Amino acid sequence: MSATSPPARKSWTVTVREKAVAALPPETMFPDGQPAYMSSWIYVFGVLSLASLAILLLTGTILALKGPMWWHDDSIGHFFNSLHMWAVELFFFFMVIHLWGKYWMAAWRGGRARVWMTGAITFVIAIPCALTGYVSQQNFDAQWISTQAKDAMNAAGIGSFFNLMNFGQMYSWHILLFPVMVVGVVVAHVLLVRHHGIVPPFALDDQRFAAGGAPEPSAQAHATHAQPTGDGASGDGGIPASPAPSGTEREQ
Amino acid sequence: MVRDMAAILNLNTPAHVIHFWVIQITLANLLVIILMIVVFALAILLPFPRHDHDQGSSS
Repeated sequence: MSATSPPARKSWTVTVREKAVAALPPETMFPDGQPAYMSSWIYVFGVLSLASLAILLLTGTILALKGPMWWHDDSIGHFFNSLHMWAVELFFFFMVIHLWGKYWMAAWRGGRARVWMTGAITFVIAIPCALTGYVSQQNFDAQWISTQAKDAMNAAGIGSFFNLMNFGQMYSWHILLFPVMVVGVVVAHVLLVRHHGIVPPFALDDQRFAAGGAPEPSAQAHATHAQPTGDGASGDGGIPASPAPSGTEREQ
Repeated sequence: MVRDMAAILNLNTPAHVIHFWVIQITLANLLVIILMIVVFALAILLPFPRHDHDQGSSS
């Protein structure tokens, strides 16, 4: 009998765990520092969109639990219906400004194409998610919208399985299928942001290339959210090690 | 009391629609778009507040 046993074959759970930890180190998920270039109001609209989405999910869950007549018959139901409506107004408001900001800073730079695409897909899915809510209101407004919009669905050839005048079908899309898609893509979007780091401004990108640095590999992006060192040698999101140019110092 | 707490603007009326060439948009949607542009510009221009302890940690 051999003194050493053959190496145990890894189970798929171990493989998945190791790959997940390698791609998304726990210390990058909830960092205690952030790059100094994030000291701008334009960087707050992503998290404002997330906050609006959280309120949407909370109020939508309560509305779904109480049933479709609650928001017509009860003043509290009407209040939660209003919260849900204003939350979606703010969700799109913040998401559009977030989109503009990321577009003008070309946030797909440095291997962040999937970050950009998941954000765009979120926006595209959120639109029918909101529109199915309009036709699920159970009022004259919903009837008007559904009877007008059904012709567009029929003209597109999808009216047979996406019937805007079928409340049950639209309600199912609105409270389950579309929200699951939106939340799933948003989770992927946030995890990709944590993986690649926040895109730096153009000026800092130019400094990195001028110093012969690589175009933001993932390992450097991880350093963006590492513990602040205070010496500018690391943790600046792929910014050259030294000298630390103005504006690249870290905040805590 | 309830009447006093109602919306400042009476929203229970048909929408006011603006026509300009091939563009047709409700006034409410136009105002929201203008507000988004204003907030976007302010987000770029307004200085971001810094905490006191951040100034000491800069290298």
